[in-house]
Amino acid sequence: MDSKKNVMVFIETRNAKIAEVSLELLSAAGRLAQELGGSVEAIALGHNLADEMKILGHYGCRRVYYTDDERLTHFTSIPYAKTVVKMIQQYQPGIVLFGATTMGRDVAPRVASALKCGLTADCTDLQIGEHKIKDVTYKNTLMQIRPAFGGNIVATIVSPESVPSMATVREGVMKMIAPDSSKTVEIIPEACRLDDDDFLTEVLEVIREEKQVNLKAAQVIVSAGMGAIDPEALALAKDLAKLLGGELGCSRPVVDSGVLDKDHQVGQTGITVRPNLYIACGISGQIQHRAGMSEAKRIIAINKDPLAPIFGLAHYGIVGDVKDVLGKMIKAYKTKS
Amino acid sequence: MGLRMIVTVKQVPDTHNVSGDAMKEDGTVNRAALPTIFNPEDLNALEEALKIKETTGGTVTCISMGPPNAVDVLKECLYRGADDVILVSDRRFAGADTLATSYALKCAIEQVGKYDLILCGRQAIDGDTAQVGPQIAEKLNINQLTCISAVTAIDEQSITAKRSVEDGYEIVKSRFPVLLTITATTNEPRTANAKKVMTYKNIGKEICNTSYDESYMAAEACAVLNHVKEWNVEAIAADPIQCGLSGSPTKVKKIQSVVLAGCESKQVTNTDAGVTDLIHELIKENIIG
Repeated sequence: MDSKKNVMVFIETRNAKIAEVSLELLSAAGRLAQELGGSVEAIALGHNLADEMKILGHYGCRRVYYTDDERLTHFTSIPYAKTVVKMIQQYQPGIVLFGATTMGRDVAPRVASALKCGLTADCTDLQIGEHKIKDVTYKNTLMQIRPAFGGNIVATIVSPESVPSMATVREGVMKMIAPDSSKTVEIIPEACRLDDDDFLTEVLEVIREEKQVNLKAAQVIVSAGMGAIDPEALALAKDLAKLLGGELGCSRPVVDSGVLDKDHQVGQTGITVRPNLYIACGISGQIQHRAGMSEAKRIIAINKDPLAPIFGLAHYGIVGDVKDVLGKMIKAYKTKS
Repeated sequence: MGLRMIVTVKQVPDTHNVSGDAMKEDGTVNRAALPTIFNPEDLNALEEALKIKETTGGTVTCISMGPPNAVDVLKECLYRGADDVILVSDRRFAGADTLATSYALKCAIEQVGKYDLILCGRQAIDGDTAQVGPQIAEKLNINQLTCISAVTAIDEQSITAKRSVEDGYEIVKSRFPVLLTITATTNEPRTANAKKVMTYKNIGKEICNTSYDESYMAAEACAVLNHVKEWNVEAIAADPIQCGLSGSPTKVKKIQSVVLAGCESKQVTNTDAGVTDLIHELIKENIIG
């Protein structure tokens, strides 16, 4: 069996739990592996995670190469990168996928540098196709599709001459398949081949905080104003944000009234954002708020008041009840073909 | 104590004013046609180096790889207090992806000589890859601390920093040499110093076409830098095959510009059909996935 047909996923664990992005990547890897006629494999590192590894099978992972060592409990760059490099060299997959998380974006470039192979960051789509360089046609090549230049262009990147092709994908971009608990994964223990000299980072403290909103990096922001602060409307705004892989934002009065914390605040005194899509829900559109979001590529305004200033700025205006409109948007997105 | 610091900086196209025709036919960026700025997070990296220099002493050398007019960002570094600046520039570096870029910067850093701390912006706004910092660290075989949001302690042997992660943050410590990638929240970059602007605004370039020569380091001893050093492939002792397009495993197969409709407001009726049409339009235009 040709190992180049296999698609390998770097499994990220946070607090001894598999990160959602890894399960999303396994789902995407399943589709790619099927097209290539290979199977989905995974690389995992950590300590006492063998039980947790079983979940990988439910998402279509055939084999996981698992390195268990107490020193790997917490992520550090060199030990993780060196181990991943060894696994790739040993099992020679054609494609390796990483989450575009702080961990994935730390380890993947180091691995690509060591293997001298291509790595495309923040892919929004992955496909299999062929690519021609001069007279050579490379079949079964990974098409790595990503926005570039602040979202002004969409580029298709290939790296057929170096193996494996590697890509990072942001959390929420790939759709997670429904887990199948009848499927199992073969857990292959790997010896830790690291020296103490490889452990150059000392992790002094790990502080877990309520998941912080990263409005700056969000490509989609669903933002709530005073017209959307009742719990039901807020829940719908959150649902839509999650569905679109985005974040929940808000206007200053919402923070001042204590409904959401400051991390969510868009505007002059909050965060300036330039997402692809900004959905203003029940936001009147004061200049201070507009200063923080007017550069969004697309703005949808939803407001009961047809004279709200936000409509003057929006590409799309919907006059109506926030809850009603958000419900329709969620339904429309979920049923998209 | 005197820490030897290197800061990598990049001149980037202002990605908020880019159109599709700013790409060349081979799929690489036509940088000449774009308005350029100092990559924002590189300014944060420079600021952190200057702060460390002020509190604990040391030298700050800034390196940029780019076309000849990238000298502008290096001048900006001098205006803020950098001690030495190096432009890594050669047609043979053109079309470099992150791997070829990190290779060239690694070669340039080796020519600078000994260093304790390398500071990079976490990512550049033109590609947003966040790859070059870690790849430089790997090629130099040194440790890295990425996504740093604050430097909390520094002594003669080590640096301690706050690393922002998805579910909180960590306090991490590493001995020197180490490479840090710095995020926008780390500090508030200073503006140019008027006196330094007067001193450096007409600074010339000293182009080095031959292999590296020790005399190039002599400028460090001067109180005022006379020249911006310009290093080519030979000057950094790089293998030309590993530079530019030939050293880049990733190839751009296809570029599509994201077509922007006019800015006029469109009224969407609050019906299932109206909202569904809107969602489909956004998907079609790559606004949402």
